[in-house]
Amino acid sequence: MVALDFGAVLVQWPALLRGAAFTLGLTAVSAVLGGIVGVACGWARAWGPPWLARLVGVYVELIRNTPFIVQLFFIFFGLPSLGVKLTPELASVIAMVVNLGAYAAEIVRAGIENTPRGQLEAARSLAMNELQVFTRVVLPPALGRVWPAMVSQIVIVMLGSAVCGQIAAQELSYAANLIASRNFRGFESYLIATAIYLGLAIFIRQLLNWAGPRFIFGRVATR
Amino acid sequence: MKSRRPFLMAALVALSALPMLAHAQAALDEIMSKKVINIAIPTDFPPYGYVGTDLKPQGLDIDMANYIGTKLGVKVELVPVTSANRIAYLQTKKADLVISTLGKNPDREKVIDFTAAYSPFFQAVFASKGLPIKSAADLAGKTVGVTRGAIEDLELTKIAPPTADIKRFEDNNATVSAFVSGQVQVIATGASVAGNMMARNPALGTEYKFVLKDSPNFIGVAKGEDKLRLKVNEIIAQAKASGDLDKMATKWLGRPAGDLPN
Repeated sequence: MVALDFGAVLVQWPALLRGAAFTLGLTAVSAVLGGIVGVACGWARAWGPPWLARLVGVYVELIRNTPFIVQLFFIFFGLPSLGVKLTPELASVIAMVVNLGAYAAEIVRAGIENTPRGQLEAARSLAMNELQVFTRVVLPPALGRVWPAMVSQIVIVMLGSAVCGQIAAQELSYAANLIASRNFRGFESYLIATAIYLGLAIFIRQLLNWAGPRFIFGRVATR
Repeated sequence: MKSRRPFLMAALVALSALPMLAHAQAALDEIMSKKVINIAIPTDFPPYGYVGTDLKPQGLDIDMANYIGTKLGVKVELVPVTSANRIAYLQTKKADLVISTLGKNPDREKVIDFTAAYSPFFQAVFASKGLPIKSAADLAGKTVGVTRGAIEDLELTKIAPPTADIKRFEDNNATVSAFVSGQVQVIATGASVAGNMMARNPALGTEYKFVLKDSPNFIGVAKGEDKLRLKVNEIIAQAKASGDLDKMATKWLGRPAGDLPN
């Protein structure tokens, strides 16, 4: 039995803290931008013109049927061949936004398509234009309906950001890897990283469950 | 008569030891009489030794093996080995020499003998010719790719200025990809990885900048084969003086052999 030495890892707490903060920041930016992409694409697929719906469909299927790490490597290692050079941080954000956007699009579309017909007819009979109907009558209750799924997807993307360390983005698992490669305390490093990820996931879930009804879609009856 | 006895004993002991001695020193004579030398070389370690597209071994170690064969005037039989079994090949006489990026350390010195060093192995910093880098201080403000946890990572971390942006990648492939795609300006890696990368991407104009850690390669000979060892040392010393070692190192590693230990 190997003696465990958590002190050797915990002494590196500034690196772990920086990594956790980086992961959180990466997730926050990606969630906001990815959410916007998701709503736009969800609208396009449910209500948009057929050509746009089909285009978005291609995007959604392409992203949802390929591994995240391949998307990330394509952006970081592949795009420079086309003259697009991105920092690891920017490449990570783009990969996460593109990824979350595709999943969020399907989640939002499900919410939009479940809008009761009567609600739409009522809105139109009040002489609202299509934009007003979408932003005031359709979208808020739609988001309310799919919010739990949306929160889960954001947490999944946060956990998925662990692979961004592979392109030297200095997030939490990058910090854990670095510590483990320096003091060979792999078990302790990854156990601590796991605990931090768990804490982050619970925090994000609670925060979004609290913030959603208050700031994103208002207090709506979801059923 | 009595006084001659110890002399006789000594002569007897000396005589009985002779075949052993002759055997221990026989490798060179055997090579010269058979006109063949068996040399263990790597085939999995570019640019020191690898199998080319024509399925023939090539690399610095293979060039060195052929060089020694030419100087001895004998035919070279190349024996492919891995880093795990190369010393065993020497001990079991399957090879007369091991030219296989062999580093010298006290544990190995207990079981085999080493000639002078013939080629450098080193971790170094490489970058494009246009980038003026002469020492660690010049890395300030530059992005440097390195494989996390490798010797070069530890050395680089020690000497790099705080403003150098060190990007650590998971393995050599990712590090090389990052450099080749231009995501990092500078790469710190082993001579083997860099040599291979430069050979495959000549358009990048990558060149050697400065060394992080030196661990030169030696030729291994079986324990006690001093005649062979001294002969090979002689060849190495001549090659060093004539610049042939430098030529070989420049061809495969992109830098001269430099000052190698004897």
